[in-house]
Amino acid sequence: MHDTTIILIEVGALLFGMSLLGRLASRIGISPIPFYLVAGLVFGSGGLLPLDASQEFFEVGSEIGVILLLALLGLEYSADELLQGLRRSRIAGLLDFALNALPGAAFALLLGWGPVGAVALGGICWVTSSGVVAKLLRDLGRVGNRETPVILSVLVIEDLAMAFYLPILSALVVGVSLAQGAVTVAIAVGVVVLILFLALRFGHIVSRLFTPDLAEPLVLGVLGLTMLVAGLAEEVNVSAAVGAFLVGIALSGRVAHSAQEVLSPLRDLFAAVFFVFFGLATDATKLPSMLVPGILLALLTMATKVATGYIAARRAGIGIPGRWRAGFALTVRGEFSIVIAGLVSGAAAPQLAPLAAVYVLTTIITGTILARVPDTRRFKALVRRRAAAAASRG
Amino acid sequence: MTVRIEKVDLPGIGVRNDLVTESGSRLGVVSFRDGERELAIYDADDPDACRFSVPITEDEAEALADMFGASVAITRLTKLSDETDGLYTEKIKVGAGSPYAGKTLGDTKMRTRTHVSIVAILRNRKVLASPTPDERLDIGDIIVAVGTRGGLDAAMKLIDHGPA
Repeated sequence: MHDTTIILIEVGALLFGMSLLGRLASRIGISPIPFYLVAGLVFGSGGLLPLDASQEFFEVGSEIGVILLLALLGLEYSADELLQGLRRSRIAGLLDFALNALPGAAFALLLGWGPVGAVALGGICWVTSSGVVAKLLRDLGRVGNRETPVILSVLVIEDLAMAFYLPILSALVVGVSLAQGAVTVAIAVGVVVLILFLALRFGHIVSRLFTPDLAEPLVLGVLGLTMLVAGLAEEVNVSAAVGAFLVGIALSGRVAHSAQEVLSPLRDLFAAVFFVFFGLATDATKLPSMLVPGILLALLTMATKVATGYIAARRAGIGIPGRWRAGFALTVRGEFSIVIAGLVSGAAAPQLAPLAAVYVLTTIITGTILARVPDTRRFKALVRRRAAAAASRG
Repeated sequence: MTVRIEKVDLPGIGVRNDLVTESGSRLGVVSFRDGERELAIYDADDPDACRFSVPITEDEAEALADMFGASVAITRLTKLSDETDGLYTEKIKVGAGSPYAGKTLGDTKMRTRTHVSIVAILRNRKVLASPTPDERLDIGDIIVAVGTRGGLDAAMKLIDHGPA
């Protein structure tokens, strides 16, 4: 058989299988990401049934997947929302960093993975999955809840922080000496600030390059510009993902809305390819040894996330049940953690990718279940009883 | 009386507007970026959580707004009739058999014939306040009229069967 024919068969079979998995996931009520990861692990290197011919397709596809994930995330936020989030929730953001990124970094140092591993694992534990949480809030009918703005502002600030974190991480991955690394980091941060400034200041001019009414030129144009900027950003070590995110932020108004509509199906396809590719590229033979550390780390940082949400909601004047809801809703890590792990890949430690896979699988599955806990009658009764006990004591 | 509405941004999702009623319940309207909207009614035990969130389509939202708008117009009218003895308001429906369906309001000569004033027409859940005599009446319109008991009875007969 011809090579391309085999690629068609492999990719087709895998996509078809993923669609079935996606339906299963939605039936159970969790994100399909864990299923995609597992599918990738099964068919990847060291897995049960390695696919070779389509490796290249998945590699390119996964790169586009990251870019689209981040571009659409950027499209969801307007520049004003980001600035406002920064102004209002700085403290919550710092707390979030201290409670979640630091334990992750410490864990990497304990495993002896060195500074790059520490920065990477810190990031993996830091960022809650905006995609999964936003979907969860809608599914649980909590969009109208008063703690929801608190949750969203934590997500906004994390996503914005990623615009600086990812370039730093990619600089560290490339960087040789400490001084050279510092220069690369400085350049990367400078470029991000510059693009962010341009996006905030001249975003409307960028938006005028496109017309929201013609779907085809819009898809080609926005996708083209995003990939172009992402590539240029990668060229100066700013990481393609951040370039894409900034393009998303720069687009606003009706163009942003229409772009979101036409690009969403593409994003769904390539993001799925990205998750599968991460599984494919992860050495499945190292998975068992990372099972226990991964689950431990997941439990630890899910607990710290609950604390983050609880404290942030308390600061916003939300009642006790709402604080628990905010905390439990934030525990899921997802796409960003995988992006970070993919970015570092072998540079820190060969076990990082398998650990990240175990970690993300654990947080998505348990986090989705945990998010529903505050709605259960038993939990509500417990909170009420504790409140009553506190009242009678005080 | 002023009503305080609290507006909260939901980054990446849309906007939420809250209103605490005089009776102490909290109502919220979430407007999603993609144009959808939800009516949220909050839990009395846990004021941060919405007990129900009802997705409302564009048409339903418009209908709801009109219902509230129409009910406000009518309560103002009934208040008026409470204060002035002997004056009543009546809602008169233009039925399919009415001789004035398709004719103008002026054709009814209602004021001269019955001494009743027409203050509004309710059409498709919209309020047409103080309609002019050349306003065309459609089947299904509801005429809001103010007058004496006898005058209103005569007005109803007039709309249903034409002048005696």
